[in-house]
Amino acid sequence: MLRAPEVDSLPGRLADNVLHFARVLRHAGLPVGTDRVQLALAALHHGGLESRRDFRATLAACFVDRGEHRELFDQAFYIFWKDPDLEGRMRALLLPQVKTHEKAANAPPENRRLAGALFPHMPPHAAPEPPREQVEVQAAFTFSDREILRQKDFETLSSEEWREAKAMLLRLRPFFEPLATRRTEPAPHGRPDWRASLAAMGRHGGELWEMRRRRPRARPAPLVVLADISGSMSSYSRMLLHFVHALSHADLRVHSFVFGTRLTPISRALRQRDPDIAVASVARAVQDWSGGTRLAQSLHLFNRHWARRVLGGRATVLLITDGLEHGDTTQLAFEAERLAKSCRQLVWLNPLLRFDGFEPRAAGVRALLPHVHRFLPAHNIASLEQLARVLAGAGERGNSPFH
Amino acid sequence: MSTTDLPASIDDTVARLVGHDYVPSRELATTVFLALRLQRPLFLEGEPGTGKTEIARTLAAMLGRPLIRLQCYEGLDLAGAAYEWNYARQMLEIRLAEAGGASRQALATELFSERFLIRRALLQAIDPQQPVAPVLLIDELDRADEPFEAFLLEVLSDFQITIPEFGTVKAAEPPIVVLTSNRTREIHDAVKRRCLYHWVDSPDLQRELAILAHRVPGAPRALSQEIVAFIQRLRQLDLYKLPGVAETIEWTRALLALDAMVLDPEVISHTLGVLLKYQDDIAKVQGSEAARLLNEVRDTVRGLGPA
Repeated sequence: MLRAPEVDSLPGRLADNVLHFARVLRHAGLPVGTDRVQLALAALHHGGLESRRDFRATLAACFVDRGEHRELFDQAFYIFWKDPDLEGRMRALLLPQVKTHEKAANAPPENRRLAGALFPHMPPHAAPEPPREQVEVQAAFTFSDREILRQKDFETLSSEEWREAKAMLLRLRPFFEPLATRRTEPAPHGRPDWRASLAAMGRHGGELWEMRRRRPRARPAPLVVLADISGSMSSYSRMLLHFVHALSHADLRVHSFVFGTRLTPISRALRQRDPDIAVASVARAVQDWSGGTRLAQSLHLFNRHWARRVLGGRATVLLITDGLEHGDTTQLAFEAERLAKSCRQLVWLNPLLRFDGFEPRAAGVRALLPHVHRFLPAHNIASLEQLARVLAGAGERGNSPFH
Repeated sequence: MSTTDLPASIDDTVARLVGHDYVPSRELATTVFLALRLQRPLFLEGEPGTGKTEIARTLAAMLGRPLIRLQCYEGLDLAGAAYEWNYARQMLEIRLAEAGGASRQALATELFSERFLIRRALLQAIDPQQPVAPVLLIDELDRADEPFEAFLLEVLSDFQITIPEFGTVKAAEPPIVVLTSNRTREIHDAVKRRCLYHWVDSPDLQRELAILAHRVPGAPRALSQEIVAFIQRLRQLDLYKLPGVAETIEWTRALLALDAMVLDPEVISHTLGVLLKYQDDIAKVQGSEAARLLNEVRDTVRGLGPA
């Protein structure tokens, strides 16, 4: 099949540079393997050297394999293959405060991850601010839509909690209702399996008649978790993350997102097997810990950019939020309806409702309630165990206090 | 050089695709050219209605090869995609063998020989006996489930299919494979790794005009300009589903059928269902919003120069 061409058959030091470019992309987070470099070198033999545009298209065809990487690729290409004033740009990268408008106008904005990949030995983009005295305000039961960007450190998981997380998955089984797929498995009863029957018959010279059968295989419904991490939910964030991590490793199809003032997909970060490393990498990726809530805005972003990709009509959506929305709730009702219509069922878990005689009085709660299929007002959830009990219980009963 | 040869350069690819009424972007033409040259599958992702399936049809016509299309759906399995055994004939064979008293061993091998095999799209595409390698279109791969992707790996990298009872069937000449995905879910990296990837974007104003000129030759130029400018403006709105090129073509045909010579808010409101498929989106654009957009669009069209 494809053989890597002789390096010196490409003009100048082009092959070397393609190699370096691939390394830059790899450090910036694009999954560019050695085979892709070989492919690119082979491709350049056939064409793509005529113009800059063709060259870029050739490298893009070989190095990019998902839509969202295109922008990063374009930026990397722009910097790597053009700029003669690399040093000046480097300085500009490291001193973000001297960015002028002219520069922003004629150059695509550089990505910080990319800067790290291009100039690995430079000190990080912005030095961490010295810790300042801060007045901590307990934000439970309050809300705002102010965007406060902050990072967060979580305690690591104790071994007891780890056991708890595992036990939780067993309890949760009823919560994931099995859906029949269009694939089948061998079974004593069901549709005839002609292939297996005839193979068996052929082996016995046609004497033995034994009908083999198959039935539709069931798989748990895919789950999408949308978890609120704003200030009013901050005491639950850690527990929620460990919960979602445990779910992601239970042979289930789980997509998870967290939102405060912005929506962050965290499925990839949670792929790490070790719960502490996974949660730490989520903590790094998310920038709006314990800030305000923009519930309607976050749902809107999810509906617009992710719903079609992760819901597919069959998913169960687990929305974990207190439903405290600031301002106009018409948009919230609209987005909730849209979300409810594009999934199989929308389950709302509200950990902040502690009172048995709960009445949906807050405007945000009233806007959400008509659209959720199941509502779980979970009282005082502080541990995974309690959360599992609430969810598993809901799966068995199949109803909620409000419906 | 016959007209069904592989294109010689990127420019040649563009020219020949345009010759078959497909107006590609330079990037798409580059990727197509490389896929043909390197004998790699072409993986196209993009919003519905951006011309992903059409490129496979055009390639087949351009290279004078048959098009074999495999529409994916959930639960698509080997029997539907690659091959199935002809059970009725096998049963008959067993009965005959009983009457004739053939040996068990002979029957077991005979039952699973080539004449009992029913070939489906994938096996047809790599059949070594066909005179010319076809274009294989695996459409909307995101609709199939993950196990099917795993099965595709063998087909895509080695252009062969292994049938346990029979052996391995390998293509004499690799088919031209085009995979498309609407991205309702992410396709596994292992599949993408074997392909050349291209994200098919909505075209810019000039290219969309060119596409319209090729696809709906009867449309007056002034109307085409207004239509394209209006749709380009719609794509900047915050809609749930943006109209693709397919919608542009459909809308133009609809307007021609209504004998509309220019756009006006009323005719837009009446035909909006051709463009937008979600009630929320239609409600957003209908009425005064359509009139406002149209006014903006008229300014753009004036900028394009005289019709």
